[in-house]
Amino acid sequence: MFSIIRSIWLTFLHMFHKRVTIEYPEKKAYLAPRWRGRIILSRDPDGMERCVGCYLCAAACPVDCISLQATEDDEGRRYPEFFRINFSRCIFCGYCEDACPTYAIQLIPDFEMAEYDRQNLVYEKEDLLIMGQGKYHGYNYYKHAGVAVGVKEKGEGEQEDQPVDVRRLMP
Amino acid sequence: MNETFKLTLIALAILLVLVSIAAGLIWVERRMLAAWQDRYGPNRVGPFGLLQVLADMIKLFFKEDWIPPFANKIVFVLAPTIVMVTILLSFTIIPFAPGILVADLNIGVLFFLAMSSLGAYSVVLGGWASNNKYSLLGGVRGSAQMISYEVFMGLSLMGVVIMAGSFNMTDIVLAQEKIWFFIPQFLGFIIFFIAGLAETHRLPFDLPEAENELIAGYHTEYSGMKFGMFFVGEYLGITLISALITTLFFGGWLGFGFLPPVVWFLIKMFAFILFFILLRASLPRPRYDQLMTVGWKILLPLSLLNLLVTGAFVLYFNS
Repeated sequence: MFSIIRSIWLTFLHMFHKRVTIEYPEKKAYLAPRWRGRIILSRDPDGMERCVGCYLCAAACPVDCISLQATEDDEGRRYPEFFRINFSRCIFCGYCEDACPTYAIQLIPDFEMAEYDRQNLVYEKEDLLIMGQGKYHGYNYYKHAGVAVGVKEKGEGEQEDQPVDVRRLMP
Repeated sequence: MNETFKLTLIALAILLVLVSIAAGLIWVERRMLAAWQDRYGPNRVGPFGLLQVLADMIKLFFKEDWIPPFANKIVFVLAPTIVMVTILLSFTIIPFAPGILVADLNIGVLFFLAMSSLGAYSVVLGGWASNNKYSLLGGVRGSAQMISYEVFMGLSLMGVVIMAGSFNMTDIVLAQEKIWFFIPQFLGFIIFFIAGLAETHRLPFDLPEAENELIAGYHTEYSGMKFGMFFVGEYLGITLISALITTLFFGGWLGFGFLPPVVWFLIKMFAFILFFILLRASLPRPRYDQLMTVGWKILLPLSLLNLLVTGAFVLYFNS
């Protein structure tokens, strides 16, 4: 009996507490830097596309919203010919970001992408590709990889030794 | 002719005010519930979100008014009107101020009790006509709850009737000029309040609609304006019980002089309406058997005791 009256009184006192609601369009909530929102494709420090078209993101995607086609340029550097994300299907799980070996695909703290037309939610490569490096600065995949695609010669990368000629490697 | 015209005008004005109060309560309840839950509530449509009521009404009117093919059509359509009609009829006996009332019946209290009993049919018939097991369960619960709470709702009022010596609402108000009845009849007031809660099936006694077990209980199948009538009927019920508590226990229009009587009445009534909403914000719903146990084993004997003691006192001091 007493506890009923007490809980009524405590509920009444909540009238004078601070409101929890953030009145959204006017005030915005804080989004952590690692908040999973809109997906972007980033570039390496030289301004080239990071994506190497390995299809790992498309394979990891649980809702199959990523589709891309890999191709190569004259020097053998792989890049996506097209890269399409259907955001009307995307569930912002971030698995594509986890799967990406080159930090190319990244989720950023932005969610305001509502559209009146569903078709406008299909983002093409030019919509996804940003000019900067996103969350991982200074990383260039082709400076670590062994292949030479015009970024550096074989054996000149970071943490990389000169290639060994196996035919001359005598015991 | 002139007198008839005046009375008709008063009746129409009361009807209009009541229906707009009931509609406005949708907004009041949402804002106040929000306030007690650290939220804002509807504050976008119009100043302070006041036009939310209008938006809701427009929405309700444009909803598809669907009657399930498996329902009993006539009863299904009739059920929501019963609650509106009975509650609006109950309002005829309430004196808002001297002269501002529809019918000065000499059996006012009894008329209210009769009408609120009829109101139970709305729940029962609505639940039965829907031909849906959740609705039926809601209807059965509603009828059982109303029958058991009706008993001591009437008995708790008898103390007031004994003290005032009349069933007439105006006489009851005038009898409170010395002391408001909630002081000598405190037990009766508490019992009537609880019974009123159960009668309007508001939280914490909203077992007929219990969202988490019965979906929406007796009005699960209702849509559009038929649902709207149940909805407005519920708010009218709150207003009615608040108005009755004001009239029977808190001196009706009686006040301290510097405000007109109608304003006093409305202030007291709204205080109780807000308390109804506060109860919804703070109390959980009891189990069904607990509801029944409290009703029959605690509140009924208490109201009988109250009646007995009041009667004894009045006999002793009047003889």
